[in-house]
Amino acid sequence: MIISVASGKGGTGKTLVSVNMSLSIGKVQLLDCDVEEPNDHLLLNPRIYKTEPVYNLIPRIDEELCTHCGTCSKFCQFNAIFVSSDQALLFPEMCVSCGGCAIVCPEKAITLEKHKIGVIKFGSVENLALVYGELEVGKPMAVPIIKAVKKQIERSENVILDSPPGTSCPFVETVRDSDFCLLVTEPTPFGLHDLKISIEVLRRIGIPFGVVVNRAGVGDKKVYEYCEQENIRILLEIPYQRRIAELYSKGIPFSSEMMEWEEKFRALHKKIAELT
Amino acid sequence: MKQLTILSGKGGTGKTSITACFAVLAKNAVVADCDVDAPDLHMLLHPEVIETQQFKGAKVAVINEEKCVKCGLCKEKCAFDAITNDLKVDAIACEGCGVCTVVCPVNAVELVERISGTAYISKIKYGYMAHALLNPGESNSGRLVTLVRQNAKTTAQKEKSDIIIIDGSPGIGCPVIASITGVDAALVVTEPTLSGIHDLKRALKLLDHFKVVSFVCINMYDVNVDNTNKILSFCKENGTEVVGIIPFDPVVTESMVNGKTVIEYSPESGVSKEIESMWNKLYKRLL
Repeated sequence: MIISVASGKGGTGKTLVSVNMSLSIGKVQLLDCDVEEPNDHLLLNPRIYKTEPVYNLIPRIDEELCTHCGTCSKFCQFNAIFVSSDQALLFPEMCVSCGGCAIVCPEKAITLEKHKIGVIKFGSVENLALVYGELEVGKPMAVPIIKAVKKQIERSENVILDSPPGTSCPFVETVRDSDFCLLVTEPTPFGLHDLKISIEVLRRIGIPFGVVVNRAGVGDKKVYEYCEQENIRILLEIPYQRRIAELYSKGIPFSSEMMEWEEKFRALHKKIAELT
Repeated sequence: MKQLTILSGKGGTGKTSITACFAVLAKNAVVADCDVDAPDLHMLLHPEVIETQQFKGAKVAVINEEKCVKCGLCKEKCAFDAITNDLKVDAIACEGCGVCTVVCPVNAVELVERISGTAYISKIKYGYMAHALLNPGESNSGRLVTLVRQNAKTTAQKEKSDIIIIDGSPGIGCPVIASITGVDAALVVTEPTLSGIHDLKRALKLLDHFKVVSFVCINMYDVNVDNTNKILSFCKENGTEVVGIIPFDPVVTESMVNGKTVIEYSPESGVSKEIESMWNKLYKRLL
């Protein structure tokens, strides 16, 4: 079973839920898909045994062969190639690596070259196998690294995907083809607003979901009212407690210090299994 | 005209609450909400929309079923797995690159425009606001951020505003890069957690990469004073000025629930005082 943990709004507790649930259910594969700011490893201190580079494909134009006809530039939807009468200029940061320019070039002057944009790392802590991606600072495209992380999914295992915040491409790429998405929110106007946007996306792509309310007790009751109206299951509430916040700040998974939570996360995982 | 971006790396550290206070304090500013896929600033600043624009992001491929001969070349050549097994376009995965249109042997695929979101220019009590909303599941938030920034700039020129305050999104990828290019300074809001510190370092590295002057604010500093001290000494070594150290106070959430900035809701609170002093410092540095 593949469960993704997402939120819309940042900082609602995705990492907290992903890590604590992973630690509570025995053998598990945890994939940190927040490749811009991966944090799961900070709470787990895994032994990293392998690091692999991730590349994307960027065109290289052979000036000897190029006749500056401009076909590539006309084709490119992303303005990544500019061709004047005597030169072709490339803007690699605009390139989405579709490879179309190499296909349309009538002179075969374009080849695709690998450019490193980040790494994926493999680690383990006891029964937990962690894979996380790390986008190189300054590189804009997170999605190819998320894809590289997701390639490591072992379908027969219990898999948990920690999604990046937001509701656009990195989030969509992460939750795509998961069996269930757990949306972590907080009971505040910001939390509710971004929860609604995430739900709209999940409904559009057809992924079943449920909600975890983190920092329960702060804010107001509107998240609960909304979930009741919409018939959305609240699967777990984590109260706002100074102790939980402090443990998180030190990088300690709170379920390992507050033992009753291990059982609660195990029950959460079981409930999701029943729902899917 | 100066431009200041508020960033964090890690989400939920307080970017939006702080940006909204800056809007109040700056008086005649133009505020730009560049967190276009989860924008929240409007809930504190209550913009009245004066202009609406449709945002056309990437195009999307459409297969003409009558012409299609089911050869599967489009699926094979698509770099984004956007053609399904039964040879339909998955509009959410489609980047609109057009490779399928050139590999199709019978010209059955074309790219059509799609509306990916809406951009707004609005009046707020304290000036103007440029904001937007990406449609659910759409990509291209970077381009929409650029559009919001252009709107903010033209509005600032028209209204003779001397500062644009930009609320960024979490992370360090494409929308964040789009919200820091060419700005005069950035404020990174962090929190004293291991994640906060880790993400702060990456955000500062990003700003350095794009040669943007950076400042730091430590929010909820008293959640872990040891970590706060670590951030302070890191910033000192790094030569980054810490302009604000804000205590944890439930009044911030309370003001949010009431749809107000904390400066309006509780002007005498320690949080408000610290944000005001931070703004004064930043404003001086910017001018």
